[in-house]
Amino acid sequence: MKTELNAILPEIAVLVSACVILIADLFVPQAKRHVSFWLTQFALLATIWIVVATAQVAPVRAFSGMVVDDMLSDVLKLFALVAVSLMLFYSRAYLMARGLFRGEMFVLTLFALLGMMVMMSAGSFLTVYLGLELMSLSLYALVAMQRDSSAPSEAAMKYFVLGALASGMLLYGVSMIYGATGSVDLDRVAEATLGGQGNRTLLAFGLVFVVSGIAFKLGVVPYHMWVPDVYHGAPTAVTLLIGTAPKLAAFAFTLRVLAGALKGLEFDWQGMLVVLALLSMVLGNLVAIAQSNIKRMLAYSTIANMGFMLMGFLAADLNGYSAALFYTVAYVLTSLASFGVVLLLSREGFEADLIEDFRGLNRRSPWWAFIMLLVMFSLAGVPPTLGFYAKFAVLEAAVNQGFVWLAVVAVLTSVVGAFYYLRIVKLMYFDDPVDDSPIVARGDARALLSANGIALLVLGILPQYLMGLCTLAVTQSYF
Amino acid sequence: MIPYLSLSIWVPILAGLAVLVLHRESDAPRARWVALAGAVAGFLVTLPLFVHFDTGTSALQFVERGEWIPRFDVWYFLGVDGISVLFVILNSLMTLLVVWAGWEVIQSRVAQYMAAFLIMSGLINGAFAAMDGVLFYVFFEAMLIPMYLIIGVWGGPRRVYAAIKFFLYTLLGSLLMLVALVYLYNVTESFALHDWYRAPLSLPVQIALFVAFFLAFSVKVPMWPVHTWLPDAHVEAPTGGSVILAAITLKIGAYGFIRFILPILPDASRYLSGFVITLSLIAVIYIGFVALVQADMKKLIAYSSISHMGFVTLGFFLFSPLAVEGALAQMISHGFVSAAMFLCVGVLYDRMHSRQIADYGGVVNTMPKFAAFAVLFAMANAGLPGTSGFVGEFLVILAAVKANPWLGFAAAVTLILGAAYTLWMVKRVIFGAVAGAGVAALADLNRREFWLLATLAAAVLAMGIWPKPLVDVMHVSVVDLLALVAKSKL
Repeated sequence: MKTELNAILPEIAVLVSACVILIADLFVPQAKRHVSFWLTQFALLATIWIVVATAQVAPVRAFSGMVVDDMLSDVLKLFALVAVSLMLFYSRAYLMARGLFRGEMFVLTLFALLGMMVMMSAGSFLTVYLGLELMSLSLYALVAMQRDSSAPSEAAMKYFVLGALASGMLLYGVSMIYGATGSVDLDRVAEATLGGQGNRTLLAFGLVFVVSGIAFKLGVVPYHMWVPDVYHGAPTAVTLLIGTAPKLAAFAFTLRVLAGALKGLEFDWQGMLVVLALLSMVLGNLVAIAQSNIKRMLAYSTIANMGFMLMGFLAADLNGYSAALFYTVAYVLTSLASFGVVLLLSREGFEADLIEDFRGLNRRSPWWAFIMLLVMFSLAGVPPTLGFYAKFAVLEAAVNQGFVWLAVVAVLTSVVGAFYYLRIVKLMYFDDPVDDSPIVARGDARALLSANGIALLVLGILPQYLMGLCTLAVTQSYF
Repeated sequence: MIPYLSLSIWVPILAGLAVLVLHRESDAPRARWVALAGAVAGFLVTLPLFVHFDTGTSALQFVERGEWIPRFDVWYFLGVDGISVLFVILNSLMTLLVVWAGWEVIQSRVAQYMAAFLIMSGLINGAFAAMDGVLFYVFFEAMLIPMYLIIGVWGGPRRVYAAIKFFLYTLLGSLLMLVALVYLYNVTESFALHDWYRAPLSLPVQIALFVAFFLAFSVKVPMWPVHTWLPDAHVEAPTGGSVILAAITLKIGAYGFIRFILPILPDASRYLSGFVITLSLIAVIYIGFVALVQADMKKLIAYSSISHMGFVTLGFFLFSPLAVEGALAQMISHGFVSAAMFLCVGVLYDRMHSRQIADYGGVVNTMPKFAAFAVLFAMANAGLPGTSGFVGEFLVILAAVKANPWLGFAAAVTLILGAAYTLWMVKRVIFGAVAGAGVAALADLNRREFWLLATLAAAVLAMGIWPKPLVDVMHVSVVDLLALVAKSKL
């Protein structure tokens, strides 16, 4: 029992702190809201400590296989916790200026995080689904937090309707798989599919629906429609949350379901992922060019990046999975910094969400222009930034499995992608500012955002440790 | 043992970062001095590479090797042979000159300007010294970032267009090369160049890899028909940017041919040599004619660079030691001469703010010292015996005649064309009647400009009169490289 509880200790910690903050926040006057903020940060820090302290190399299956605690889940949880903590730091001033600095914000964020963590260590289709729903519902509510404004409400509605549809498809697929294999336990399903049991037609149909659910959560074409609208409509702080940690959860979801449970159908899902990856890279990169809103542009960039990540995934071997994990982590770190800069430039009554708002940033503040430069080149995959090694690892995995043509298409679309990242750099460095107002931000947000940006460069010069960690995590769980 | 190669890479980069700290306008004088100190230090650490270089062997020298990314067997693997050592030194010298050349000229964002050049210098040295595929790629690509900023921030009116064109053109080529590098890793399980030299590859595979590498490097050289970014980038770049672009970054493209394409893909190289030679000759002759009609001095020199680089690729694909040595000599000579020509245009531009040939005339009357230098460099550009320009062209033409007299004849057309476009420009700009009040008011070279041009003039003459030390350094490496190329990998 003790080992079983140990396995879900981080989840328990997040759940308990979410409940405590929910109640404690009732007694905190608005002027002292930072108490809730620091409580949340403390809870996140404590959970990070728990994750690290209870980390062990050998996987543990708890509660009759419902939950798996392994290196993979620990690594993913660690980065998700860091991402959420940074998100709260970056968005503090933004939330205060818009009256969103409220207890619900922290509690819903923690519940979303809890959902992600449940997904990360799910050992059964039901656990995956529970985590997914908890995360999604919290995120829908977060998008709609700004009640008095129409764009967030519209975005929340779209997100909810499409998300509910995707959940339905996923459940339908799971029910078919259950029908074919007689189990919802991921390991059992894996045994059954690898052993060739079950009705192949039924399994293939189930797979199609499950892959659709996955594709929706990753936001890849043709299930990408919600991404630009939600990224654009949501308050930037929430966009930052949606654009980062849930990607880690979606990765865990993909890996556990496709590489774990449905390993026996590898040949079938490989083909589907090729199509998804190809369409996402092409469409994401092409449409991003036409955007004038940076949140929308980054949304299409996410679509393209997730497509690129899937290219590593579909190599379906150790190289591929660890490259995809590395890519996701690198993407999350880069994405955090990109929205962090957008938040930094925003102030009361002004959303710095137009690409034009970056005009002449180098004159206003060379340092933040430099951080944004690193972010843009990291997204474009230009060395010596972290993004390059992510792309490199994925390309290596794809070429290794004989997908040379896909790799060539991927790099061609990357050139298209480089164009819109370069445009931001162009505006920041080549043009004169239209807005000379000084950039004010809290000291902690400044320090953390700087560290985040510099990390993209340092991890780009010394990528081996992060890469090694990702490989270790995947090896321990699946090989 | 002192890691001279690491120093030559990291001293300028760290100096560049130090300069960046002094970004306030009031710190500009200090930023200049720190940049100069960094550039001098960066140049001094490359001198031992020449002094201690053993010309008797083609083995790598000054080797440094440390594990970098074990997951992919990527090493921090540096080393130079007779081919690359000269470029490391040339680059460090050019950086010093460029920092000096921008001393008073650059007034806005001095620290960022100087830092961009210093960081780029380190990255370029890294590209020349890297003996590991990924390490090379990282330096090769990272170079784009400072160059993009240099063109875009300090360039002329159409700088944005030129900068983006430059970046995307080069990125397209180099990303395809990345796929090729990854493919080679999959075949050989290693990223070390010397492992790739030995790996057997079938002809179709070699041709596919050839296409990928060729796109990356031919864009950088640049060869006809992918040269169109160069005139734009040159015209719009500030003087220092043009100097580094012409003198150094173009050489990295050519260096890629001799370091990657020829030894890794010898059969494809021989199979496709006719194709490359044809493109080179088109560059030499057609671009020569294009240069003839230019009205903008920088554009004229840019086209002349493309034409001269055509000679380099022509030399490489004749596969004889004479031709390859000629091509390498041409690369180094072009480094000096094109740098000097761009500096000369820069001197005029700083005074008149025009690059149009038509705006000038009779400059010799007001700027006699300048005119003397300009004529010397023009002669070198035209390949006059006694200047550095002659050495490379002569060797390549000689080798071309040996291979096929018609080829030699076509290549020799450059001697006429080069003389025509360069000297015609000199005639219109330097000689003749004083064109107007602007020219009449021109002040001759100041001390800084004088010594800048004098340094390059000394280099051009020294190399033209006594090229032996240079050829000695490269000879053994070239012969061994060609032995590698002669061996079939099928």
